[in-house]
Amino acid sequence: MANIVQFENVGLRYGTGPETLSDVSFALGSGAFYFLTGASGAGKTSLLRLLYLAQRPSRGIIRLFGEDTVMLPRDRLPGFRRRIGVVFQDFRLVPHLSAWDNVALPLRVAGVPEAQVEQPVHEMLAWVGLADRARAKPATLSGGEQQRVAIARAVIGRPEMLVADEPTGNVDPDMAERLLHLFDSLNRLGTTVVVATHDLHLLSRIPDAIMMRLDKGRLLDPTGSLRYPPPDRARS
Amino acid sequence: MRRRASERRVLDEAGGIGAMTGVMAIMVFLTVLAAALGLGTAGAARLLTHDLAGRVTVQVVEGDPVRRDALTARIARTLRGQAEVRRVQPVAPAELARLLRPWLGEDGADPALPMPALIDATLRDDAAATLSRVTAAVRRVAPAARIDRHESWMAPVGGLLHTTVLLAAGLVALMAAATAAVVMLAARAGLQTHRATLEVMHMLGSTDVQVARLFQRRVALDAAIGGGVGALAALAVTSAVQAQVAGLGSDLLGGAALTRGDWAVLIALPFAFVALAMLAARLTVVRALGRML
Repeated sequence: MANIVQFENVGLRYGTGPETLSDVSFALGSGAFYFLTGASGAGKTSLLRLLYLAQRPSRGIIRLFGEDTVMLPRDRLPGFRRRIGVVFQDFRLVPHLSAWDNVALPLRVAGVPEAQVEQPVHEMLAWVGLADRARAKPATLSGGEQQRVAIARAVIGRPEMLVADEPTGNVDPDMAERLLHLFDSLNRLGTTVVVATHDLHLLSRIPDAIMMRLDKGRLLDPTGSLRYPPPDRARS
Repeated sequence: MRRRASERRVLDEAGGIGAMTGVMAIMVFLTVLAAALGLGTAGAARLLTHDLAGRVTVQVVEGDPVRRDALTARIARTLRGQAEVRRVQPVAPAELARLLRPWLGEDGADPALPMPALIDATLRDDAAATLSRVTAAVRRVAPAARIDRHESWMAPVGGLLHTTVLLAAGLVALMAAATAAVVMLAARAGLQTHRATLEVMHMLGSTDVQVARLFQRRVALDAAIGGGVGALAALAVTSAVQAQVAGLGSDLLGGAALTRGDWAVLIALPFAFVALAMLAARLTVVRALGRML
């Protein structure tokens, strides 16, 4: 399987502060499942921001879907972003839109005709168990329900890569397991999944997932397997 | 329709853009009134220029009434013989007495008073060369005769009318600039209010143009409602004033009556303002988004 993401000596610095990420090099194989772990402040969210193109690195090279995105002009970024689903740590649901409209947003942004929006949104809400809460506004949903709406929104466009930042941080263990099961199902359909978490119990739930560990802004990769992954990372 | 409604919902009502409706109504109301004033005044100025163009009065100052009458008749004959003169009309003594009555009372009609004789003439055009030739012809007959152009008497009035037209045009331009500024401020405030939503949309892959279109539609809706209300109110006021002007029967103010073309311009103004507001919103939003990644 080809690598869909490649980082080479990537460094990230906010303003004139110290480097949040230093010399990060790795490759993500298409169709694989990754856990990104590390203590708070290790740089997990910063790395994810680089992955979903919310940030440009201070140095280094990032290839996404085979293209160098560091020097990519702004007007080409939306096309790449549509291929990536993001579950934000704080959900970032649009507060005045219903769960239904929040989930439909990526399809509308992509210009899908309205007649073709209804069915996938309905299916996605049913998939995350929120079909009966479709008209509810985020403020009336529980943390777990909001999280599931955020996941439905992230995956409705059938992204090639799903990036989730602490997706189980606000839910009880049962819900965490159910959410992980959703990611696993999606991954089995071919989506590359990157889940940032510091809940080590989750790691055992996806046996063949690959762990990436950040420590003080550096990616721990003593064997170099993250930088030069074996070619058959896609899960069966 | 459903897509538009759903897209509109992406920006909620608390975004600050909605407050623009009232401002837009006031702006368009004042703009249409200023434009109506300008167009009406321009019409009056046109009428004045048209009526006075090429009109002159020859004044024959001669103490002896017999010689004065003879001189007047000769001048009138000379004028009628000029190709440049279209119409010659000596002013009858009775008419002259009527004109002088406000200043001289009934004594103005006393034949013993050495009143000058007047001859109204209309030239074929108001070119200076034409007037020079006619003046020379009259002076050959009566070197002391005075020739006055009506336009020069009314020049201050004409100047005032032209100044008023320029003032009205300036007001319309200022209103347009103020409207664009208000829209820009509202769009910036809206961007700030909706920053979180817009960041999410960006992350979902929306383009700057898509985001700008959301603001543009919202601004267009608010501007159309506000502009429509303001324009209707202004057109109603203008109609009422026009009816009053028509009732006065004044020659000069009659020229201030708006033509169909003038009304068309007034009706087009709110549409132009909506287009201007949309353009200002689009440029503001696209420029602001350009600073984001």
